[in-house]
Amino acid sequence: MSPVLITFYFLAAFTLATAFLTIYSKNPIHSAIYLVLCMVSIMGHYLLLNAQFVAIVQLIVYAGAIMVLMLFTIMLMNLNKEDEVHKPRITRLGAIVVFILMSMVLITIFINSKTIMGEYDSTGEDFQSIKVLGKVLLNEYMVPFEFASILLLVAMIGTVLLTKKEKDQK
Amino acid sequence: MIENILNIIGIENYIFLTVLLFCIGVFGVLYRRNAIIVFMSIEIMLNAVNLLFVAFSTYHQDAEGQVFVFFSMAVAAAEVAVGLAILVSVFRNLGSIDIDNLKNLKG
Repeated sequence: MSPVLITFYFLAAFTLATAFLTIYSKNPIHSAIYLVLCMVSIMGHYLLLNAQFVAIVQLIVYAGAIMVLMLFTIMLMNLNKEDEVHKPRITRLGAIVVFILMSMVLITIFINSKTIMGEYDSTGEDFQSIKVLGKVLLNEYMVPFEFASILLLVAMIGTVLLTKKEKDQK
Repeated sequence: MIENILNIIGIENYIFLTVLLFCIGVFGVLYRRNAIIVFMSIEIMLNAVNLLFVAFSTYHQDAEGQVFVFFSMAVAAAEVAVGLAILVSVFRNLGSIDIDNLKNLKG
């Protein structure tokens, strides 16, 4: 076993465990903290694949911005307590059955599709440094890049409008 | 060492990891009643797909997979902002964010 493979298995086990604990823990604050750990371990996977730009964006956007937003919302709603009622037993059983069946079916599909994908060979050329990514992003994907900024602007205006209090109601 | 990392790990290991991560996300959406946990499960599913994008971008030696991950992160950020705003206004009107209480549209 090479050290890279050991690192991958450790990171994969950590990712799956923290993702499961996010759903399983009763306190929403604990869920958010486990989700931060899950995002950071996914950043570890990106670093293992040598995708530096995506790794840094993952750390800043997901583990930083999105999770801080979620923690603020949890604390704003004062949900820091463990009084959530469970769903009915039949629904929980259905969820577990769906989880097992879906993962079994998908894994079986991908085991049998291995012959289609072909062999991996590396040419050794640089394709994922920030320089190359910037050129691809601003040449071929210029228009979607600008639309992404419009999307973020619309989301910001929508958020402000949705959370504003309406004064004439009360 | 770095450029043939998929020779060591194998693309199928990444596929199994992302399939399991996606299924955990689906399980969370079905299992929990707290709407914020449902949002977190959606984030887990989005991250699983992003990881598969980056793995196949390395597999095909193509930068476009990582550009798509960048766009999907922008959409995820917008989605979380709007979704949490909706949750705040739901909480202001109903006093809870239990998704089983949202039955006003039931015919």
